[in-house]
Amino acid sequence: MSKSLSPKTPEILSARPRVNAGRKPTPFHARQVEKSETNDWTLWAGYSIPNSYTSVELEYFSIRNGATLYDISPMCKYRIKGPDAERFMNRFVPRDVRKIKPGRVAYAIWCNDDGHVLDDGTIFRFGPDDFRLCSQERQYAWLMDSALGFDVEILDETDDIAALQFQGPTTFAILEAMGLKGVETLKPFDLQHFSFAGTELMISRTGFTGDLGYELWIEPGKALELWDALMAAGADRTISPVGSLALDMTRIEAGFIQPAVDFLHAEHVVRHTRGRSPFELGLDWQVDFTKGHFTGRRALLKEKEANSSRYCFVGLEIEGNKPAHNALVYHKQKKEIGHITSAVWSPTMKNNLAMALLQRPFGVDITEDLWVEIYVDKELKWDRVMARAKIVDRPFFNPPRKRQTPPARF
Amino acid sequence: MTTRYDSIVIGAGHNGLTCAAYLAKAGKKVLVLEANDRIGGMAITEQAADGVLIPTCAHLLYQLHPDVIRDLDLKVKMAASSLPTIALGSDGRHLKILGETVTALNGADLSAKDTENYVLVMRDLKKFARVLGALLGQKPPHLKNRDWEDTKTLLKLGLSIRMMGRKSMQEFLRIALLNIADQLEDHLENDLLMGVTAMEAVWGTHLAPRSPGSVLSLMYKLAGSLEGTQGGIGIPAGGIGKVSEALEQAATRAGATIRTNTPVKSMLVENDTVIGVELESGEKILAASVASSADPQRTFLSLLGAEHLDAGFTRRLGKIRNRGDAAKINLVLDGLPEFTGLSQQDLAAKLVIAPSIDYVEKAFNHAKYGEFSEHPALEVTLPTVVDQSSAGTGRHVLSIVAQYAPHQLKAGWSDEQRAALGEAVIRKLEGYAPNIRKQIISQQVLTPADLEQLFNVTGGHWHHLEIQVDQLLMMRPLHGTAQYETPVAGLYLCGAGAHPGGNVTGAPGMNAAKRILSRKG
Amino acid sequence: MNKSRYDAIIIGAGHNGLTAACFMAKAGLKVLVLEKNDYLGGAAVSLELHPGWTYSNCSYVCSLLRPEIVRDLNLPKYGLQVIPYSGGGVFMQNGDHLCNYNDHDAHRLELARHSKKDSEAYDRYSTDLMRQCRFIKPLLMRMAPDPTSFKPRDLGELAYLGKRFLDFSEAQMAETLRFWTMSVAEFLDEYFESDVIKAYYAGSGIIGTALGPMSPGTAYVLLHHYMGEVDGNIGAWGFARGGMGSISKAMAACFEDHGGEIRSGCGVDKVLVKNGRTVGVVLKNGDDYYANTVISNADVKHTFLDIVERDDLPEDFVRQVERFKIRGSSGKLNIALDGMPEFPQVPKDSPIFNGDMHFTDSIERMERGYDDWKNGTWSKDPYLDMLLPTRIDPTMAPPGKHYMTVFVQYAPYHLANNESWDGANRDAFAQTVFNQISEYSPNFKDMILHYECRTPLDIEREAGITEGNIFQGELTFDQLLFNRPVPGYAQYRSPIKGLYMCGSSTHPGGGVMGAPGANAAREVLRDLGARQTVRGY
Repeated sequence: MSKSLSPKTPEILSARPRVNAGRKPTPFHARQVEKSETNDWTLWAGYSIPNSYTSVELEYFSIRNGATLYDISPMCKYRIKGPDAERFMNRFVPRDVRKIKPGRVAYAIWCNDDGHVLDDGTIFRFGPDDFRLCSQERQYAWLMDSALGFDVEILDETDDIAALQFQGPTTFAILEAMGLKGVETLKPFDLQHFSFAGTELMISRTGFTGDLGYELWIEPGKALELWDALMAAGADRTISPVGSLALDMTRIEAGFIQPAVDFLHAEHVVRHTRGRSPFELGLDWQVDFTKGHFTGRRALLKEKEANSSRYCFVGLEIEGNKPAHNALVYHKQKKEIGHITSAVWSPTMKNNLAMALLQRPFGVDITEDLWVEIYVDKELKWDRVMARAKIVDRPFFNPPRKRQTPPARF
Repeated sequence: MTTRYDSIVIGAGHNGLTCAAYLAKAGKKVLVLEANDRIGGMAITEQAADGVLIPTCAHLLYQLHPDVIRDLDLKVKMAASSLPTIALGSDGRHLKILGETVTALNGADLSAKDTENYVLVMRDLKKFARVLGALLGQKPPHLKNRDWEDTKTLLKLGLSIRMMGRKSMQEFLRIALLNIADQLEDHLENDLLMGVTAMEAVWGTHLAPRSPGSVLSLMYKLAGSLEGTQGGIGIPAGGIGKVSEALEQAATRAGATIRTNTPVKSMLVENDTVIGVELESGEKILAASVASSADPQRTFLSLLGAEHLDAGFTRRLGKIRNRGDAAKINLVLDGLPEFTGLSQQDLAAKLVIAPSIDYVEKAFNHAKYGEFSEHPALEVTLPTVVDQSSAGTGRHVLSIVAQYAPHQLKAGWSDEQRAALGEAVIRKLEGYAPNIRKQIISQQVLTPADLEQLFNVTGGHWHHLEIQVDQLLMMRPLHGTAQYETPVAGLYLCGAGAHPGGNVTGAPGMNAAKRILSRKG
Repeated sequence: MNKSRYDAIIIGAGHNGLTAACFMAKAGLKVLVLEKNDYLGGAAVSLELHPGWTYSNCSYVCSLLRPEIVRDLNLPKYGLQVIPYSGGGVFMQNGDHLCNYNDHDAHRLELARHSKKDSEAYDRYSTDLMRQCRFIKPLLMRMAPDPTSFKPRDLGELAYLGKRFLDFSEAQMAETLRFWTMSVAEFLDEYFESDVIKAYYAGSGIIGTALGPMSPGTAYVLLHHYMGEVDGNIGAWGFARGGMGSISKAMAACFEDHGGEIRSGCGVDKVLVKNGRTVGVVLKNGDDYYANTVISNADVKHTFLDIVERDDLPEDFVRQVERFKIRGSSGKLNIALDGMPEFPQVPKDSPIFNGDMHFTDSIERMERGYDDWKNGTWSKDPYLDMLLPTRIDPTMAPPGKHYMTVFVQYAPYHLANNESWDGANRDAFAQTVFNQISEYSPNFKDMILHYECRTPLDIEREAGITEGNIFQGELTFDQLLFNRPVPGYAQYRSPIKGLYMCGSSTHPGGGVMGAPGANAAREVLRDLGARQTVRGY
């Protein structure tokens, strides 16, 4: 046994930095610190981002009223390239990737062999053999595992791209004011490249606020410049940064599900019955049985044919004004039939909204006489309230300005 | 695209042929496609230039399944069907084992106690092996969503274990996953006897005597029988290739078509169903079902394609253990070799060089680290002595299995490495047959990497996959395709990668055929 | 005469003997514990062998101790505090290291330095292990059912097991069957690609066992180490404040509080058997004590081959006991250090120093260490499990000084060529360990004030465990569940009426867990028709 240690010089030590914490700053961190009044931070996939800057309520209204910056740099970004890229992607997700044209973006979910959802995200198609997959949770291991037998190259670009979600009714006007010619032609789920500060700025008309908005993608070194340019161009159009809490309110209003909130990564659940199929999450439209094989197809086909889905995912409007966080759902106030996964009081709609997972046949065949058990804090006197709930379609909030092309300027 | 078959069988090895024969006998129109220029897969006998017959890979017959012989009316004449094993001692004093009887040659050490205990140990093992034997000719049961057949299999298994009586059942459950070294050392004291018996447990596996699970491996080997002898060892007249030929005849007799030199390029898939194959030549052939006797990785990844499978499945498929540790060395000699202390008659035995448990254990250590053993364990047969009909003009063949020589050699299998392995084997032989080197006319050294090339078996493993408990029964080759069906309709597995596994048994082929026939109603 | 008559006598004051004693005393029985040493605790002891330093000189970390036992015996009331630790890692030969971080993201980033894919596969790995832990955990505090028996209780327990198994999906069933039989190396290969990451996790698959990481069956050993918990955090480990002896001390205090009696310095010579029934024990000093129930905390070989007359036992049983494998595979060094040794390749404030440290950065090195063991010598490049309890526990050494515990694998009980451990070999063994550490810590040797080197032979002599095996018997399938220690006698009873076993030789096996003691007490109390103080079935 011969053992030789390389010289332990300080250079080597500094080349192998100790991990100080699991939280890395994003490329926008410096500006975020400047803007933060609340100094309230949260963790997203190993990065620190603001929960809020000033007040959640004000930030919420900025999204629905003006233009807002939300840092999505922690979003996991994977580049998939190579001769088999399309085949690979088509086997990876249940929807038909061949229908996504270069220059387009599409929402997608993906499943494990049991047909249980692992995560959701967006697919950016840059060319015939060139894709980017964006997701909230890390997917590198599953992507690599899925790559066996395919001629593809998978790169994790998470740290190589800074990104902002730029959302709100005045966003288009601000981008236009920045001189980004052609941005007016972007339809929802389009993407386009612009030149900015000597580099390439990619803009996609996407987001998860359910409002008019864009996502901006740029190299990390130019991140602060982009931030500053946006803030300058938006100075007269009510621009402000927003944190996760306000964004989550709009996310629920838009009726979007979120991993680790509305469902769990099926490979990371200890009890296999905690996995959820697309049919159980209201994502039937994502599953294309006619396009050929994809991971989970056989299990899903079986589920569909046997009508064996156990759950059903619904939007609820609930009486009263107390958000039904973590509440149980009952039928006829007696039988427990499910639970709320996300809930919010919608300041725009003045409505008490929620999304819930119900055990079938509730939510499918039985949709009446539903109740939600809410615990209400009345100055440290806790009350249990049974509130009537009604199943409604999602999105809860769906303004025409979201779709209009070219968009209005305010 | 003119002819449409009921079934296509990929690979004309013994399992592919068995499967084809069963299907054809049931009235199906069957086509067998073989990539090589000859049928037989790893069970072939090749003629050297001077007429002498060489068992290129497999050289012994252990347990051709009796149902296969009966159902296909196989006429395989045996040159010998209960070959004794001779454990070679370096001092010319050997032990001869036939069934459960051990005799000392040339005054070798052997206590009366060992002779007695050996009988007890082997009887126990054979008794337990019979329980496993009942499973060989059946599809492995599903653990959940069982059909009636599965429940029956499980009940029968439970009952047969119970029926052994409480003491035996306790012993069975205790030693089922034990290592063979402990089991032998608990009962025996003779190094040579323990060495050869331990080696018997680990031939063709990535196990050593002290590896837990090696008792099971031995029981598994003893589960079948040859011409009525449980655990019998035999050599067919004319060589092991005669088994393949008999199966070929059974298949063609029943109406199956066999095409050699016809490598399959890929499977044709439509509506999530395999509907045929495309040949390397571009020709497409349709069939209602395709049974592949190729190894699971080749079947699924190369022929079918990962795009037709779930990612979790291919992830598990990528991790199955299928790397062979056994090399085959064939020496043609200019005359009868002389082994110290062995008569000419003794040469018609299976000769084993595995003088102690520790010897084997040390030989194995190298394989763990991607090296071949400088002091390998050897299994030697002289088919030309056992079977006079296969003898050429005074030439003789030493057919040798050498263990351990791992498929993934750290240094890579070059000509140099291959020669070094051959040299290690010859040097080892010289210790027992001092004049052997001078007698060698030609030699063939086949590493697992060569076996992979020659026989299209990923990893060059005899059994396609390791015979270890986590790759047996409903876990063979892997969960999700352990009952001969695959995730894709119309595609079946019928090779050694499927239950019950390797050796020339025909059982996977038979079970698969039955499964295909039952599925078609 | 009357004075020396008890309801039950327990041989050995190890943690399992004391656990059993506590539950029996709680049931109102008059119980005597006899301990051969002058101190209590067996292998769970804290000793002051060097003034000012407390050594956990045998077992050294705690996680397996069942929370049910701690709670039911109210051990915190008697002074027990278990403090979790985190950190630890591997010093690599190339000058790098792998550190284990408590924070999930920090841990992921650290793993990603070695392999990005592994850093994410870790989540699947820990989920899958957690699933196995959840499956096995309820079995720890239950009797192992005998599959050959038709008794309603055995059938009921088997049905319980079967039901739990059926809760899995079919894929998980297959994975479970595979997991129980695989080698830890192959198991880890299914998740990870980095050598150092695999080596770090493989350690738990070999500690205390005479198998290499490539031997089938070692994945289960990994689980055996993983299924411990500290406050519900499965897989977490902790230090008993004041050393492992504080567990024994708390148990002894609980026992005495319930009227129990302990006599130390009382080695038992023989178990007295009359007409196939236990009637008491005779000590080495000739004293005798009488009780119709005798429970042995000693390992099964020591119990039935040394202190029970062979004539009192069925021959078949004796043969089975003889073939029970208790293999010495590890040694231990306890070291008093003058200060914190330097490890220049890791930053000074790294959490690596707060946990279990290792120097084995590949499974191959680990396996080669096992090859040495097979050859009858200690590993020349051993696998070390090294901790500095004083980083966490302020009570064990003077301020600024450190107590270091080094578990060393592999070390055989029988050295090749019948060489003796005593003398030169023990020193050479210690030097092997010192040399490995000082390759990474240049000032380590200068820091040593005192050390104690314990070979398997020493552990046998002091703790009384055959061959010094820390688990009182190998954790291979042939010696687990209904096979532990001997088929047909896996439910704490022996062929002799009134004689029971409660040591780690019995289900569920070794580790400072207390479960064998509690389970044995449950069976004894059932047989005696006494008030049941042990929870569970």
